[in-house]
Amino acid sequence: MAGATTLNWAGAMQADAAVRFESREATREAPWVKWTILGISLTFFAVFLLLPLVAVFIEALRKGWGTYGSALVHEDALWAIKLTLTAAVIAVPLNLVFGVCAAWAIAKFEFRGKHFLITLIDLPFSVSPVIAGLIYVLIFGAQGWLGPWLADHDIRIIFAVPGIVLATVFVTFPFVARELIPLMQAQGREEEEAAIVLGANGWQTFWYVTLPNIKWGLLYGVILCNARAMGEFGAVSVVSGHIRGQTNTLPLHVEILYNEYQFAAAFAVASLLALLALVTLAIKTWVEHRAGGGNRSREAHQDAAS
Amino acid sequence: MHWERQDMSASRTFRVLPGFRLTLGYTLAYLSLIVLLPLAAVFLKTASLSIAEFWNVISAPRVVASYKLSFGMSLAAAAINAMFGLLLAWSLVRYSFPGKRVIDALVDLPFALPTAVAGIALTALYAKNGRIGQYLDPLGIQVAFKPLGVLVALVFIGLPFVVRTVQPILEDLDTELEEAAASLGARRWQIFRHVILPVLLPALLTGFALAFARAVGEYGSVIFIAGNIPMVSEITPLMIITKLEQYDYAGATAIAVVMLVVSFALLLLINGLQAWTASRTGRER
Repeated sequence: MAGATTLNWAGAMQADAAVRFESREATREAPWVKWTILGISLTFFAVFLLLPLVAVFIEALRKGWGTYGSALVHEDALWAIKLTLTAAVIAVPLNLVFGVCAAWAIAKFEFRGKHFLITLIDLPFSVSPVIAGLIYVLIFGAQGWLGPWLADHDIRIIFAVPGIVLATVFVTFPFVARELIPLMQAQGREEEEAAIVLGANGWQTFWYVTLPNIKWGLLYGVILCNARAMGEFGAVSVVSGHIRGQTNTLPLHVEILYNEYQFAAAFAVASLLALLALVTLAIKTWVEHRAGGGNRSREAHQDAAS
Repeated sequence: MHWERQDMSASRTFRVLPGFRLTLGYTLAYLSLIVLLPLAAVFLKTASLSIAEFWNVISAPRVVASYKLSFGMSLAAAAINAMFGLLLAWSLVRYSFPGKRVIDALVDLPFALPTAVAGIALTALYAKNGRIGQYLDPLGIQVAFKPLGVLVALVFIGLPFVVRTVQPILEDLDTELEEAAASLGARRWQIFRHVILPVLLPALLTGFALAFARAVGEYGSVIFIAGNIPMVSEITPLMIITKLEQYDYAGATAIAVVMLVVSFALLLLINGLQAWTASRTGRER
């Protein structure tokens, strides 16, 4: 599922790769064809991607900066920011540790069922977010298997913060692993084996040999993981119970304001999330730029495949 | 692959690197706890229904209407994305134009923008008095709170899947093939049709399938713009929510099982398509 989200190490950074095609008679189109294709694709881009983004900020500021500011410093909004950060601060490190462990086991060792394991790790991406919420309601909800026991011990998971964290962990589960597995498979294990032979212990090998090699892939996965963790709506909506000032994350707060026809306030809060998306894309592009040692990494990929 | 297999037997007898049991054990435990056991709960829960009850839930007219809408609109959105996504990927790889790098980065916006934000933004744009809706309304086209709104939201969500699967394959294309075809007298369109498209096809289908799979399960961006009218503009994930709100856990789970089975089938299909892409282009997934 994440196929399209994984880092294309050699891709975007070749700024003027187009010259390769445009400079030759055989690989370029007649000017009218070129301008038609460019016109159609850029119009499509503008209407379907750019306009919605711009609309968020226009709508947010429609009633002026005063309304905008007061929507953001409202008690419920501040609580939602805090809860969103809490969920991300727990979910991202958990999935980071998992991603590194899974990638180490899968990339550095051979065992049966490896491909099946990779498919299983990808599962959360192909499950509807609504189902991601539902599964935890079935287990921890009042009618769920553990529901009566939890009620006896006065532990709340569904309609409370733990449920939100669990749902967030589920939907962001594969991000880091998905990024690291192909990267570490491509790098092989010679460098680590050399370090061990030279007397380094496992932890030193990971810290001084593996980590520097995977840092950009790791950062890339963490950024995408974080964006999804802070922006998740469907799964969190199912488990949250929408209790104001208690179980509302930022996206849920946007929904509540919107359903109460407080459009300017809803878009003001939404603009925070849109800014987060833009920052995410900026860092992502920067990481691609830093990591893209041009064709070097692509050759490594092909070596591993052959 | 050959040396890997030989290597496998060697490493089974003697592993230089430490941490295999620890990391694999942790991976399996965490995967089971967070993903596998909770997902198994869905299938166990449906076992509490008899087959007749199960069938009644998943074949109720309102639910069937939601399948038609969800799958129909997801197919349409994926088709639109395949077409325009290919054009956009082509533009980004083959042409230089100002602002290209920013546009390239922004293609991933639907991955990064929370779905609820996309949902309310699209609704504002396509409502009768919205920036786009005001031009469509006189033409008799209503998007927001109609099935067409679902399509718009799903097109937004799925676009990067097609662009990002097709783009790397386009970048890897050798110019020699096209030059050879041109020197043999092929026209540009013939070259595209007979030289470029066969190489792109598996990636294009993969992108189509990824966009479709994402669209079927999508919730956040759709519910704001769909209007959620029973039998008309309710998507299948919303039916699960509706059942849950009525405390009909078994009913919600039955619909979830249908969706999960479809998702797993799509996952297998996508894995197959990616393997096909790899064999067609000699490129690792």
